[in-house]
Amino acid sequence: MMLIPMVTGVEVTFWICAVLAILGAVGLVTFRKPVYSALCLALVMISLAVIYASLGAPFLFAVQIIVYTGAILMLFLFVIMLVGVASEDSVTETLKGHRVAVAIAGLGVLVLLVLAVAQGVHGTPVGVDSANTSAGGNVQGLADLIFSRYVIAFESTAALLITAAVAAMVLAHPELIKKKAGQTQMAAARLQAYARDGVDPGPRPSSGIFARHNSIATPALLPDGTIAQESVSKVLADRVGLRSVDELWGPHDEVLAAIETAGEEPLDVEDLDWDDDETAPGELEPADDHVVDETADEPAPGEPDTTDDQNESEESHADAVAETPADEEKRND
Amino acid sequence: MTSLYAILAVILFTIGLVGFLVRRNALVIFMCVELMLNAANLLFVAFSSHWGILDGQVAAFFVMVVAAAEVVIGLSIIVMISRSRRSTSVDNEIVLKG
Repeated sequence: MMLIPMVTGVEVTFWICAVLAILGAVGLVTFRKPVYSALCLALVMISLAVIYASLGAPFLFAVQIIVYTGAILMLFLFVIMLVGVASEDSVTETLKGHRVAVAIAGLGVLVLLVLAVAQGVHGTPVGVDSANTSAGGNVQGLADLIFSRYVIAFESTAALLITAAVAAMVLAHPELIKKKAGQTQMAAARLQAYARDGVDPGPRPSSGIFARHNSIATPALLPDGTIAQESVSKVLADRVGLRSVDELWGPHDEVLAAIETAGEEPLDVEDLDWDDDETAPGELEPADDHVVDETADEPAPGEPDTTDDQNESEESHADAVAETPADEEKRND
Repeated sequence: MTSLYAILAVILFTIGLVGFLVRRNALVIFMCVELMLNAANLLFVAFSSHWGILDGQVAAFFVMVVAAAEVVIGLSIIVMISRSRRSTSVDNEIVLKG
C-alpha cells in the first residue's frame, strides 16, 4: 500500500471500468453476431454505471442499470430474437474504400473531440460531494433541479414518452388487409359451401385409432371400410401418404384367422408371423388386441411414431366408438 | 482526473461513430448510437463532478429519457422493416428510393 500512495479508490475504479468499457465498445463494433454486440454494449453500460457511482452520482448509477441495461438493452435483445438470432453480418465491402474512409473520419473526429473537450477542462476539480450534501443528498439535489429549473423540460419528456409509446404501438401493429371473419361469417360460409358444392359442414373426422397404429398419420375408416381422406391433415398425407385399407386391416384379419384355426386345431404360435415368442397360446384368444399391440414396433417410413400416440390418446374413445360398426361389419364378412 | 474521463468519453464516442459508419446491420448501428449517447452522458457526469454542480447529472438523466423513447421508436421501425423485407441490413433500404 505504501508503494502506490497516490492511487485513490476512484482512480482504481476508473482504470478497471475504462478498460472494460473500451473492450466492450470494440467488441460491439467487431462482433459479427448482433447478440454478442448487445452483450458487449451491456458491458459498456455497466462499466459506465460503476463510473457514475464513483463520480458521486448514485441516482444515475441506478437509472443507468435499470433503464439502460435493464430496459433498453433487453429491448434490443428481444428484437434481435424477433428478427432472427442467427443472422450474421457479411464482411464484404459494398462501397469501395469504405473502411479506409471511415478510419480517417474516425481519427479526425477523435482529434477534433480531444481538442474541443480539452478546452473545457481547466481549473481544479471541485467534486460533486458538496453539492450533494448541501441539498441533503444526491437524489434530493437532482429533484430540486428537475422540479424547479428544469420543470418545463421534465414535463415535455412526459409528452415525449407518451408519444413514443403510442408511436411504437402504431408502427408495430400489423395492418389487416381485410376484416377478420367472425364466427357468424365462418358458419355462414361453411353452410354456403355445403349448399353450393356439397362440402360437409361438420367437423372433420379425427385420425384412425387401431391396435397397431394410432398416430395422426393413420387415416380413419368409414363405415363401408374405405379410408376417410379428411381424417389426416393434407400436409401429412402428402408427406407420408395414406395407408391402404388392406394394410390397416391386415393384423385384424391375421388375428381373426388365428382364432378361427384355433377353434379347429391346437394353436401353434410359430405359424403366426409374430415376434413375441413368450406368449402362451392360451392368452391369445381373449385379448388379441394386447398381443397385436406388442408387435406394433414397425412404423411406416417417415411416420412420426411414439410421440403422436400420446397426443391422440384423448381422442381415442370417440374414435373407438366410431370404429365399432366397421369392426362388426368386417367380422360378419 | 477529469481529463481522463473526457478522454474515455471521446474514445467511446469515436468507437461508436466508427461502428455507426462501418456496420450494416440496423440493430448494431442503433447500438452504436446508444454507445455515443452513453459517451456523452459520461462527459456530462464527469463535468458535473468537475465543477461541483448537479446540472450535468440532470442533463444526463434527460438524455437517458430521450434515449429510451428513441429506442422504442427505432426498434419498432426496425421490426416493421424486417417484417416486410426479412432482413435488417441497411443496404436493402435502397428500395425506399422513389
